[in-house]
Amino acid sequence: MTPRNRFRWRVMRVLALCRWLRGGTVRALRLGAAAASSAPPSQDSVTVEVLDHLERLALVDFRDAEGVERLREAVRFAERLREVNTEGIEPLDSVLEDRCLYLREDDVTEGNCTAELLKNAREKVEEYFVAPPGNIPLPELEERDTFLKGS
Amino acid sequence: MESLGVAAKWRRPGVRCGAGTGREDGRSGVRRRGVGRHAARFSAPAALKEGQITPTELCQRCLALVRSTQFLNAYITVAEETALKQAEESEKRYQRGQPLGELDGIPIAVKDNFNTAGIETTCASNMLKGYISPYNATVVQKLLDQGAVLLGKTNLDEFAMGSGSTDGVFGPVRNPWSYSRQYKEKSIPRSDSEPENSNWVIAGGSSGGSAAAVSAFTCFAALGSDTGGSTRNPAAHCGVVGLKPTYGLISRHGLIPLVNSMDVPGILTRCVDDAAVVLGSLAGHDPKDSTTVQDIFQPFALPTLTDVSKLSIGIPKEYHVPGLSSEILAVWSKAADLFKNAGAKVVEVSLPHTHYSIVCYHVLCTAEVASNMARFDGLEYGHRSDMSKSTESMYAATRREGFSDVVRGRILSGNYFLLKQNYEDYFVKAQKVRRLIANDFVKVFGSGIDILLTPITLSDAIPYVEFIKEDNRTRSTQDDILTQAANMAGLPAVNVPTALSERGLPIGLQFIGRSFQEKQLLTVAKWFEKQVQFPMIQLEEVKKHDDGVLQHQKSASFS
Repeated sequence: MTPRNRFRWRVMRVLALCRWLRGGTVRALRLGAAAASSAPPSQDSVTVEVLDHLERLALVDFRDAEGVERLREAVRFAERLREVNTEGIEPLDSVLEDRCLYLREDDVTEGNCTAELLKNAREKVEEYFVAPPGNIPLPELEERDTFLKGS
Repeated sequence: MESLGVAAKWRRPGVRCGAGTGREDGRSGVRRRGVGRHAARFSAPAALKEGQITPTELCQRCLALVRSTQFLNAYITVAEETALKQAEESEKRYQRGQPLGELDGIPIAVKDNFNTAGIETTCASNMLKGYISPYNATVVQKLLDQGAVLLGKTNLDEFAMGSGSTDGVFGPVRNPWSYSRQYKEKSIPRSDSEPENSNWVIAGGSSGGSAAAVSAFTCFAALGSDTGGSTRNPAAHCGVVGLKPTYGLISRHGLIPLVNSMDVPGILTRCVDDAAVVLGSLAGHDPKDSTTVQDIFQPFALPTLTDVSKLSIGIPKEYHVPGLSSEILAVWSKAADLFKNAGAKVVEVSLPHTHYSIVCYHVLCTAEVASNMARFDGLEYGHRSDMSKSTESMYAATRREGFSDVVRGRILSGNYFLLKQNYEDYFVKAQKVRRLIANDFVKVFGSGIDILLTPITLSDAIPYVEFIKEDNRTRSTQDDILTQAANMAGLPAVNVPTALSERGLPIGLQFIGRSFQEKQLLTVAKWFEKQVQFPMIQLEEVKKHDDGVLQHQKSASFS
């Protein structure tokens, strides 16, 4: 090999090595990220705090241990989603996403049905639905009548 | 077709036709359907038009059948008075020679999660017991505008959550086939073989009531809803045609929503032609539902296909799931051969993300349910608790008293997946997986496949006592596996009853078509229906009454 060719060969080798390293680094980074997101949450993610928080948000209660176990099962089942590679995929909100949403003309076409709508309400006064006092938060865990109390 | 195995021997359904002669076509072992004294199919519109029977008589006979099949628990509310009134109006129109259309005077039933003005709508839940809607759902209104006679509201799983129609507050629905001669003949003989026995099988869900109502001849068509297979699953178990139209074709206004991005009203009928007629009257843009497409819909009559050689049928190999019974596999395989022998191109295809679709559905469904169930707070309608310390505690108490365990479980799971810390990992991730699933279908249909042929259930209907051994979520996960991918992608799909199992119960197969290509889908389904000649149910209990009427009714369709 001539010195010139030898030099060229060395350069090519170095360049190839750099490319490999770069790819490897990015691969390593990707793997790291994937590993981080694919690590299943420990059972600690379904803590009493989370359960209490869910009861407040949903305003339904876990009636018993079975209810809590059902949630844990559901979460365990959903973990399988992590196995799917969704890199570069956009979330799908609606199968009709390629179409424009229909907008009506801003004309009043129906209404004036107050009496009908009030028929189904249990507590009403004149044309108002009656609600108990608002701005009172749900009692804390210890004061609430819930299965989670004392967990 | 390795994955389907060798085609099994075609099982001849063990039907002995009531009073008729059943001839066998020696060529392919397909049994010719004998209909007893009436060789031609009873066509209700034709009969009504010619005055062979009046709408009132038809309505009364159907109501009598509803009464005599009460043990099926298919109906929650039977609207006798209004039905008879509607029938009388229809009769007047026929006398004037001005029927509104093919559906004029035809008795139908509607699943109890569609709003019907003046008739209780409960969704089989304590939350809506006693709720009388002030308006009709668009699909109900369209049927009534065509002159159809609304017999009543059918039973379902609570808020359409479930796959057996066993979890509503009004009790489970019994599959009419549990009381068929076909099933009884194959059952292990018992000394006390009364229907009240625990031998009866589930109707499937969640539109089990609608499927049972159609299967037991109490009505000619019924509306169901389909979110994850809720129309096709009971259709398969009850041996009727169950159509899930394309998302966006039929209005959801008035359908109490479960999953807004997947729900569609479903159509249950006894034959494919009837499904096309009902579809024709329901489809089309509705200004009240912004998720309906604005394309003009042309109702169609189904052509009779004679040449299938231009068809390309896809067999997705991932649908050969673990747990699929060998019977269903054999029927599926036989169906594929049927198409091949008729000259169609039958190709094995791949939908690689099928295994993840049930997980994806689980997350998206519970998330949307959590949102949709938030409207039930007792303030404007529905059950309201007596607790009045604060709005929050009143809402909590109302929801505690009104919802069953199943519903509460889904709401809580959904809220968990939507928590800030979980949103990306679960909800958004599921939405991405949904796109992958939808793209799978796009790829397959883009490669020249016209229709997909798949199984629809893992086995024939199982006895109720077996079904309740597992909880609702487990059952839904098992039973929705073959049906809900079509909901994810918004594609039309139809169940066609194909054969009877060894236990004498219906087995159906599913055809999935391209978006908005219901005509092609139903044309192929109709051809297949004609080939397989699914036997008629021989309902033993009902046979005790008015034999003449029954024979006349049994072969009934309205097309």
